[in-house]
Amino acid sequence: MKRLWFLIPLGAFLALAIVLAVGLKRDPREVPSPLIDKPAPKFALARLDDAAKTVRLDDLKGKVFILNVWASWCVACREEHPILLDFAKKRVVPVYGLNYKDTRADASAWLARFGNPYDASFFDEDGRVGLDFGVYGVPETFVVDGNGVIRMKHIGPITPEVLTNKIEPLLKKLDA
Amino acid sequence: MKITALRSVLGGCLLAMSLSLLAKEAAPEAADPALEARMVKITSELRCLVCQNQTIADSNASLAVDLRREARALIKQGKSDAEVVDYMTARYGDFVLYRPPLRTTTLLLWFGPALMLVGGAAVLVIVLRRRSRMAADAFDADDELGDEPGAVDAALASANAGTPGPA
Repeated sequence: MKRLWFLIPLGAFLALAIVLAVGLKRDPREVPSPLIDKPAPKFALARLDDAAKTVRLDDLKGKVFILNVWASWCVACREEHPILLDFAKKRVVPVYGLNYKDTRADASAWLARFGNPYDASFFDEDGRVGLDFGVYGVPETFVVDGNGVIRMKHIGPITPEVLTNKIEPLLKKLDA
Repeated sequence: MKITALRSVLGGCLLAMSLSLLAKEAAPEAADPALEARMVKITSELRCLVCQNQTIADSNASLAVDLRREARALIKQGKSDAEVVDYMTARYGDFVLYRPPLRTTTLLLWFGPALMLVGGAAVLVIVLRRRSRMAADAFDADDELGDEPGAVDAALASANAGTPGPA
């Protein structure tokens, strides 16, 4: 027993090495959102395509939906755009866009050029609604359930893997 | 008489200079310096999420600019410092706090280093005590030499022969 004492520093070192290795693998840019499993922040925004029409969070409630935060100035949004277009074509759930800190002209031109996957886009000119959603880097994608509770948040562009491994299983679980 | 006139002219020049310097410094950076100071004080304790090693007060990222604007607006509404910080953590989590709060999940973070220090000190004390209890001859010679009788003496002798001692 006493002979094994020398193993203690070795064990402590291994434990520390494992903790640090796990820490290295994690992406410090992915900040866990405190909004998960909390009611989505209330908002009232004009539609991108129609400044006269205001959409409120309550109008969207009752159905699971995806809210994708995007902007015409955001390069990574272009990367995820074809994937989002494909997903929207399947018509699993409504996909809404939160047009973050953009101009109407730029955003509309962008959609005309690359295609419009959104059932509707909401125009968040000063980014206040984005702040309420804890947005800090576009694109970000939220899954909101029928009760208006945020169930998932993905930071960064949606990849096919994110879609099949994270979003679609969750939608199935939510019975959308 | 001449000297006093010169003095007063010189004094006047200096006074004029200092006044102009003062005027430059007094140029207000914000509409309300007191509000600005409070905003900076709060946001310099908060991490900017875009450039994570800068504070919201320091960063020029557009998110930091927006959050400063919100902080300013909240202060204007008469919110306390804690309420402004709550606004930030409600959206971005405890991650934005440069001073993490004391919670069960952060106990290790707060007391881990102290725990390691105490642990290290305890090991040191145990080892030193055990050593002092041992007799001087309890130490073994190096393995490679200790196996053969007389090898240590021989090695010492040859070492002494190589380097002339003081005696």
